[in-house]
Amino acid sequence: MKPRRKGQGIDLEKIKKMKANGTKGLHLDEALIFERSCEGRIGVAPSRFDVPACDAEKSIPRKYLRDDMGGFPEVAEIDVVRHYTRLSQWNFGVDSGLYPLGSCTMKYNPKINEEIAALPGFSRLHPYQGEELSQGALELMFQLEEYLCEITGMDAVTLQPSAGAQGELCGLLMMAAFFKDRGKPRTKIIIPDTAHGTNPASSHLAGFKVVPVKSEGRGALTANAVKDVMDADTAGVMLTNPNTLGLFEADIKEIADVVHKKGGFLYCDGANMNALMGIVRLGDLGVDVVQLNLHKTFSTPHGGGGPGSGPVAVRKTLEPYLPVPRVRKRGKKYSFDFKRPRSIGRLKAFYGNFAIMVRAYSYIRRMGPEGLKRAAEAAILNANYIKERLKGTFDLPFDRPCMHECVFSDKVQQPNGVSTMDIAKRLIDYGYHPPTVYFPLVVPGAIMIEPTETETLETLDRFIEAMKNIADEARNAPELLKNAPANTRVGRVDETKAAREPVLRWKAKPPL
Amino acid sequence: MPYIPHTEKDFEKILASVGASSIDDLLKGVPEGLRLRGLLGLPEGLSEQELASALKRLGRRNSTVDEYSSFLGAGAYNHYIPSAVRSLASRSEFFTAYTPYQPEISQGTLQAIFEYQTLVCELTGMDVANASLYDGASAAAEAALMARRITGRDKVLLSGVLHPEYRETVKTYLRGSGGDVRELPFGTESGTTIPDAISVESRGAACLVVQHPNFFGCLEDLEALAGVIHANGGLLIAVVTEPVSLGLLKPPGESGCDIAVGEMQSFGNALNFGGPYLGFMAIKNEFVRQMPGRLVGQTSDRSGNRAFCLTFATREQHIRREKATSNICTNHGLCALMAAIHMVSLGKGGLMSLSRLNLSKAAYLRERLLAIDGVRAAFDAPVFNEFAITLGSGPQPALRKLLRKGIIGGLALERFYAALDRHILVCATEMNSREEMDFFADEFAKAVS
Repeated sequence: MKPRRKGQGIDLEKIKKMKANGTKGLHLDEALIFERSCEGRIGVAPSRFDVPACDAEKSIPRKYLRDDMGGFPEVAEIDVVRHYTRLSQWNFGVDSGLYPLGSCTMKYNPKINEEIAALPGFSRLHPYQGEELSQGALELMFQLEEYLCEITGMDAVTLQPSAGAQGELCGLLMMAAFFKDRGKPRTKIIIPDTAHGTNPASSHLAGFKVVPVKSEGRGALTANAVKDVMDADTAGVMLTNPNTLGLFEADIKEIADVVHKKGGFLYCDGANMNALMGIVRLGDLGVDVVQLNLHKTFSTPHGGGGPGSGPVAVRKTLEPYLPVPRVRKRGKKYSFDFKRPRSIGRLKAFYGNFAIMVRAYSYIRRMGPEGLKRAAEAAILNANYIKERLKGTFDLPFDRPCMHECVFSDKVQQPNGVSTMDIAKRLIDYGYHPPTVYFPLVVPGAIMIEPTETETLETLDRFIEAMKNIADEARNAPELLKNAPANTRVGRVDETKAAREPVLRWKAKPPL
Repeated sequence: MPYIPHTEKDFEKILASVGASSIDDLLKGVPEGLRLRGLLGLPEGLSEQELASALKRLGRRNSTVDEYSSFLGAGAYNHYIPSAVRSLASRSEFFTAYTPYQPEISQGTLQAIFEYQTLVCELTGMDVANASLYDGASAAAEAALMARRITGRDKVLLSGVLHPEYRETVKTYLRGSGGDVRELPFGTESGTTIPDAISVESRGAACLVVQHPNFFGCLEDLEALAGVIHANGGLLIAVVTEPVSLGLLKPPGESGCDIAVGEMQSFGNALNFGGPYLGFMAIKNEFVRQMPGRLVGQTSDRSGNRAFCLTFATREQHIRREKATSNICTNHGLCALMAAIHMVSLGKGGLMSLSRLNLSKAAYLRERLLAIDGVRAAFDAPVFNEFAITLGSGPQPALRKLLRKGIIGGLALERFYAALDRHILVCATEMNSREEMDFFADEFAKAVS
């Protein structure tokens, strides 16, 4: 084992006294899997041949065949198991501790949902095995669509998009198809400056020119601001509600009216739906299209970056444009409907991230209407608790009740030469995943905290205490923040070097 | 309430400390008139036990590829997944984390993805692979968009033997940027894309998208196709939907391919009724700034220890917004992890052996089926683990008879090609025993006689 880095002056005793969970974990060194390779080893060998072994050279022309497997590793099963077990120990997940990553809704991922999704009756189905062999899967999809319609107050849902961004693309393409169908294509879309980066990126991909609009001083969009830019060449407005400041866009109904008067659509990015379940239905607010992120609101695991699932709910007017196929129910039988001439087509092969749908369906069934509402309320309550308790310690640009998340900045700490990044890295030493940082862009040095509803009061209190302690340290011992994290497997990572001297893969050393 | 730890007392305590008397006080920002009256119209919540039995019941309304003998492939392959894959990927440090924005507490995800990127490069013979895309179809679409950016050209050529749902996906993705997407005819005898037949269309094209092995299971002559498209200044995009084939086949990177994309489900990912699967993309070094999706790079920490982090973020939506190379944010990281665990479990020798086993199974089944009176090979190009056959008449009656015997006999190609109304696409993998294949062939003989 390599010698560990020095503690760099971290006050471990103090952290311990706070009963924080710290990050002095069991970190075993582990090489790259390629560096563990030993010629001749096989981890899990395939079955023996029960048919005559084919000579590839005889059935396939030589020019189509490869000479060797290059740098593929050769490792034993025990090597594989230890390798990934050790890697996992260098990672922090929701199961490790509070993960208040704003905008990402890192709530607890129920274990039962994993068990259900792994049932052979769901996981061992081939997408082309036919409707008659897949009635349970189709029923689940049909019902999930109905549930999501009810939750959003919309008329129809597609479960096909793989993630929120693909859902956005799907919704925007449907809007474009609607206008094209009427012989009057529109070229622009209005997006406020608080939006997620995916909104303008998806709009560009869907062929729209982005018209930016500023949220006014109160951190929300006004109907007047929209009125100034909404015209007959604009397909609509793409709004996130609650927005990325964690604030409800209270003018939403008036914004919808402005958009509708010009024949446009109101698209709502439903990434923050966790604040709204059972409290507000977007359809009742004049929203025409909304994408949902099942991996956020509906508790499916984030998987270290996915897979997610991004269903899109629409009003009747856009229903003909939904991707193919749609799930139908006739009598007691479920089927796929592929014959939809006005559909935008498809965004992926097959029907969507089915195994994620199974988890979200299970979550909704477990929670019921009361549970979902309670979840939204508790998420709001927790965010407000953190906001109230940390206000004064950290700069709070928008001091009014928030929804599911709250946004601070590093303004108070800046004079001590301490930045949001330093605060984030120091939180790691206290045993927490940092919040989302430097987003939304409208708040310089933003610290965006989303605690979710699945945390206990004690956890919230400990987190608040840690944040206050860090604010003290920023005044009295800023080097603790500058050098953080001190207790993790690796120290502050040099991201500039990664971009300047790119090493994007392992390469075998050339033979001597 | 499930998963919400607050007691009533906690609720009151928190409300009091934020100076609110009820939740409604915190909802002041939401205009009264906009709020939902009453509860959502959803079924009442269930206990965990009730949920488990309800969902088990629902699952039993499906038939699985274990209860039936399945000979379906067509972009979703039934392979054996070693236990270690599920066991290791189920470690919640992996699956309850998110995108590794904070590298110091995400080294596990980052190193695993760095290794995955390397495995994809080794498999495809390319220089750089990204951290994953959603699936093979959307990866093909992203590759076409990328080729347009690189060449500054508009026209996209799709092989007619590219998976039909991939073709549809590419067209949907390209709707926004408009332009020219053309589908090329295939050789009706070879079942492949004919290099000589595409030279005219290749003029002024940004790219040619070819699947290999193609949708009919046939091997394409990538080198010859690369020659034609390169001579016209376009890029060759190779799509691989069955990466197990790459344990035997020449990597696309050695056949002149510029961008290799496709579906990695075959490694470590369950059939899952079509998703989530795993889109991969691997490219030549020179195109890296145009690549969509996340990339993990190796660097060091302040003390010089090896470390990994996300890199080249300036291509991505959260920095570049509408100028980004793609809108993708959440990808399929866990699927990539599972694929990597499966690949390293097989390793060099295991993968070559698995690949050969698939080739041998399909060759055996093909020979048995072609021995049946009235069954002919649909195309004459060499195949890997999937092949098309032709019957004397429409295949539905035979497929229905087989189904009653517990056999899913393949995919009737008429679903995607109106002219191929007597054709069945059949796939055999290591999951199909000789006994099962013999039974299939015997029953098939009866069904078509």
